Amino acid sequence: MRPFFALVVKEFRHILRDPITLAILFGLPILQLFLFGFAITTEVRNTRFAAYAPMPDDTTTAIVERLAANEYFIFDKMLTSPQQVEEAFQRGEIGLAVVFSENFQKNVRSGASAQVQLVTDGTDPNTAKALGTYASSVLLAYQESLNAGATSPLSIDVQMKLLYNPSLKGAYQFVPGVMGMVLLLICTMMTSITIAREKENGTMEVLLVSPVHPLQIILAKTTPYFVISTLDLGVILLISVYILGVPIVGSLGLLVGLALLYIFLSLALGILISTVSDSQAAALLISGMAMTFPVILLSGMLFPRENAPYPLQLIGYIVPATWFIPAMRDVMIRGLGFAAIRSQLGVLVGMTLLFLFVALKRQKVRLE
Amino acid sequence: MLRFLIEKEFKQLIRNPALMRMALIQPMLVMLIMPLVANFDVKDMKLALVDSDRSPYSTRLGNKVTASGYFALTQVASSYRIALEDLEADRADVILEIPPNFERDLVREGDGDALIAVNAVNGARGGLGSAYLAGIIGDFARELRAERPTAANQSGASRFEIVPRYRYNPHLDYRIFMVPALMAMVITMICGFLPALNIVGEKERGTIEQLNVTPVSRAAFIVAKLIPHWAIGYFALTAAFAIAWLAYGLTPVGGYLTLYVITGVYIIAVSGMGLLISNFASSFQQAMFIMFFVLITMIFMSGMYTPVASMPDWAQKLSDVFPLKYFILALRAVYLKGSSLRELSSVIFALLIFGAGANALAVLTYRKQS
Repeated sequence: MRPFFALVVKEFRHILRDPITLAILFGLPILQLFLFGFAITTEVRNTRFAAYAPMPDDTTTAIVERLAANEYFIFDKMLTSPQQVEEAFQRGEIGLAVVFSENFQKNVRSGASAQVQLVTDGTDPNTAKALGTYASSVLLAYQESLNAGATSPLSIDVQMKLLYNPSLKGAYQFVPGVMGMVLLLICTMMTSITIAREKENGTMEVLLVSPVHPLQIILAKTTPYFVISTLDLGVILLISVYILGVPIVGSLGLLVGLALLYIFLSLALGILISTVSDSQAAALLISGMAMTFPVILLSGMLFPRENAPYPLQLIGYIVPATWFIPAMRDVMIRGLGFAAIRSQLGVLVGMTLLFLFVALKRQKVRLE
Repeated sequence: MLRFLIEKEFKQLIRNPALMRMALIQPMLVMLIMPLVANFDVKDMKLALVDSDRSPYSTRLGNKVTASGYFALTQVASSYRIALEDLEADRADVILEIPPNFERDLVREGDGDALIAVNAVNGARGGLGSAYLAGIIGDFARELRAERPTAANQSGASRFEIVPRYRYNPHLDYRIFMVPALMAMVITMICGFLPALNIVGEKERGTIEQLNVTPVSRAAFIVAKLIPHWAIGYFALTAAFAIAWLAYGLTPVGGYLTLYVITGVYIIAVSGMGLLISNFASSFQQAMFIMFFVLITMIFMSGMYTPVASMPDWAQKLSDVFPLKYFILALRAVYLKGSSLRELSSVIFALLIFGAGANALAVLTYRKQS
């Protein structure tokens, strides 16, 4: 075992002496958590709105005041012509324009047709949809208050339960996703590159003629990354819980077990990639390009998987993160138990065994 | 001399088929696949309906919800607990529970209850879906009110119609939102990152030493590196325009000339940034890592997927230093809103400042000796 530990120490030194690699190993997860935790939010807030009333009156003023009092909206200004609405949108000054029809107050009171247009900037469809929905609900509440006492008292009280994420924070969705991406990337990219680097530098031959068993060489290559990934997992969990305020609802043991299985899987995949790539560039290309994009795009890390066309959803199934991320969300955010993630665990174990089997089959003791 | 240097660069580029393929095929793939996948659209919410009342009113409400086209009724559960199991197993995203005596309470007391429970792990999806469902229930209550022949209705209660209008993208097509941003990403890769990798490649092969001992000035060396990439960038941009038109039926309201001009300004800015990276990276691998970092930060900070306006204030300030933000803003404005150069003058000004700054820094930090 002595030579094995000597090799592990050697690997650790390689890593510690390369500041850029170290920065990637610990900086990437932290950067991503902060980006996703704070900056990436589809939440709509502080939207500036303008209003145009051809004939301003008490009712239009009251409606504008209602909207301005809402936390989502900030009143920008009253516009004086329809052209100004267009111009304000062109310059990107406002996200919402409230346009009243003529004789608004008179028509509202007499029951004749009165109209409020909620014009939103459809350039960003989600924001537009959300703004439209929020603004309508404010206006409807106002309409209701106008008629309080006048109409028949008929209403449906809707009780709303936002399960798992009552404050609708984006981080709840992204933390398991970042885990799925970072752990996979670090393990596959880094292990495949270090092995390829030894091949490229010709030092692999030196290692292979040493008395260490080839399997031990591979294990010694992967051990440091296993340790570092586990540390990364710790860092991610600490930042999530203490800085981003994402709780660990489910069992910590199950969570760690799932994550360790995933790290193990990624290391096996990294070894597999290294058996097919002889140069660092090739290893980087396979693990960087061929792995990163499917993980970001197809695994449901960012984008809901059901939005993708069916063939691409099918391709997504061969990405390990597709199985890991929902399982992690189930355990960490929703607090579900082992039974809920059985099938995902099964697939992950199967993938690990497959990668290990192929990697060991392909492992060559001699270099050409 | 510059002419020969440029000729050399062009020849090197054209003789490197892998690079050419990457430069040309990657934009096509990005433009064709990303809009299909990169999509935060909230659709196909799976609904579990718990109708404990089984009255005409509750049936009507159930039908109204499913007829909205927004929810797909996948589960009809007999109790909230069973529906919750469906939600935990991802067979449902949202639960609507109509309690017993829903109709009786509405008719007798004019006051009914309903419960919405939504899987909010994805906050945007959960928030929007539940708000929409609550809106439908509100509509239903208004419908019932209107049906009742009360004194207030006959005299005509105060009411106005609320009409949502989505300007520039009336059908709220998410692809229209993504396509201009993807063009910005393609240009960033080709004109920012490829020349940087190219220079680092010369460093790694040692050929940069040969150039350094020639009388070629730093400026000539850099300009000769950049011009071929700019040419490829414009070529890819034109191809991207064609794809946007053929695959998505998207043509810029503001005209192609405006787009070409703005792209020119952005290219100068982004290639300055690439040069800066190439000055600090000594190996290919280092350069790739730095770019990976920069690209991820830039893509997410510049409002490509999520609106900059939703970010916290410090993040909004931070996003001001990323040129990609201005470029995406400008491309979307020209493509969808038809903004003109004059309306985008502040954006162009910001890009010019960034370009001048990045290029000046790049020239200052470039060393002929290593």
